[in-house]
Amino acid sequence: MKSPTIKKTKKELTLNQKVNRRNFISFTTFFVASAAAFGGWKWLYNSPEEKAGITGGAHKPLRQALNKTEVFFRNFFSNKNLVKTYPKEKAAKVVRVNSNIGIDDEDYDPKKWILNVQRNDGQILQLTIDQIRTLPKTEIIFDFKCVEGWDQIQHWGGVKFSDFLSHFGLEDQAKMDYVGMQTPNGGYYVGLEMESALHPQTILAYEMNDQPLVLKHGAPLRLIIPVKYGIKNLKRIGMISFSNKRPRDYWAEQGYDYYSGL
Amino acid sequence: MKEIKEKHTLVMRWTHWVNFPILTVMIWSGLLIYWANDEYAITIFGHTFLRFFPDWFYKLLKIPHHLADGMAFHFLFMWFFTLNGIFYILYTLLSGEWRQLAPKRNSFKEAWLVLLHDLHIRKTSPPQNKYNAAQRIAYTSIIIMGLGSVVTGLAIYKPVQFYWLTWICGGYHVARIIHFALTLGYVLFFMIHVIQVIIAGWNNFRSVVSGFELVEEPTPIVTTIIVEESAPLVTMNLLEESTPLLTKGPEERAIFPIDEDDSNNNLL
Repeated sequence: MKSPTIKKTKKELTLNQKVNRRNFISFTTFFVASAAAFGGWKWLYNSPEEKAGITGGAHKPLRQALNKTEVFFRNFFSNKNLVKTYPKEKAAKVVRVNSNIGIDDEDYDPKKWILNVQRNDGQILQLTIDQIRTLPKTEIIFDFKCVEGWDQIQHWGGVKFSDFLSHFGLEDQAKMDYVGMQTPNGGYYVGLEMESALHPQTILAYEMNDQPLVLKHGAPLRLIIPVKYGIKNLKRIGMISFSNKRPRDYWAEQGYDYYSGL
Repeated sequence: MKEIKEKHTLVMRWTHWVNFPILTVMIWSGLLIYWANDEYAITIFGHTFLRFFPDWFYKLLKIPHHLADGMAFHFLFMWFFTLNGIFYILYTLLSGEWRQLAPKRNSFKEAWLVLLHDLHIRKTSPPQNKYNAAQRIAYTSIIIMGLGSVVTGLAIYKPVQFYWLTWICGGYHVARIIHFALTLGYVLFFMIHVIQVIIAGWNNFRSVVSGFELVEEPTPIVTTIIVEESAPLVTMNLLEESTPLLTKGPEERAIFPIDEDDSNNNLL
């Protein structure tokens, strides 16, 4: 019976001792955790850039996070979720031109334009704008959104990409995971997952505000994909290809999210 | 005689301090994104009073030309911000802690007294408890604001897949403005919060790290007189009348018609 009494007297702490003990424990934890958090931040902030490939320009851990986040949010993607559309009068008369990357060659002659579509059998399907114009026209007036944060209601007309694929017998290609598109000079290129490309509001546009496209907006044929930010809406399509791997993508190589879906 | 009184739970302290650096990163990366299209300003009758943000501000924080970086950081730390928030809200609801946090019917009236007291216009200190009326309102608001940031954030992040969320927020533009305004709100909250914490002093600050406060031992009388909470008017009158008694001692203080555990006058 003796030892418990001794222990008891030992345990009887004064108020000050109790306070000091608890302060010591909690403030030590606080400062150690703060230092760890700061160290973690330093590590992330100074983490090496990813190896340049299909994607590039981002911190390696941040790129991994972007890709993981894409996987999560693709669970919510549905072709039944449609982009909000607007009446014609709401469409901007002066449509914003934000970039001419890939369509900046001087003396470009749109009359010589031809669309190259890479088929799985290795052959290249060549189409003229008149062939594409014979397909049923789909129009869309929607709020075009840029990663920079601006948006504008715009009116586009063209052929639904899914119609395009079935009309030209490209069903086999449509079963692949990705679509790649690039400008005739190869200066701008985008990669899209097939589900977004097949979204009913994705069109190959040849008209804007009921008028034929002009060069600065991507004449004679451009991509309008409302489920993506503007960076994916390639102007002046020169080549369309299909693959099961991510095709190269201009802005994904420069630190932007590959998915960039809305 | 002083004694240790438990004040803040471990979960509350962790989520509070975890949130601080996360929110800092969210605000900073948000600025990197916002810079790319910095269209907001306060303009009244054609005169711009404040542009968000002036060039010196961007330069000071090295904001320009980091849109891709901003998005990458923002879309990683949004996870931590959201998960930490969900954890805190679930804990607060399930543990019953919300009872000490949520504003009561008389809180809005009482908060006014807190304000007058804090501005040194009124000498009487209003009922404190764990949180005084103004704190209940402020701390509940900041949680709702956090929720608002997540909701408006999702509304502008996936306006097609979560079109209904964008619709609830009043559309893409409104959602973006709310998302921005909430951030200004955090900064404003932070400034007042820090000033109040400094004024309230060490005992109060320590409680958010260690969890406890040192308080005078309560007198038994405190527990015997409890006025029904459902009588806010009586509360007010008692408060007025009790003013001259205040300086005398703990016995008189007990006539405050408030919860049992009132015993200190920390205002934050």
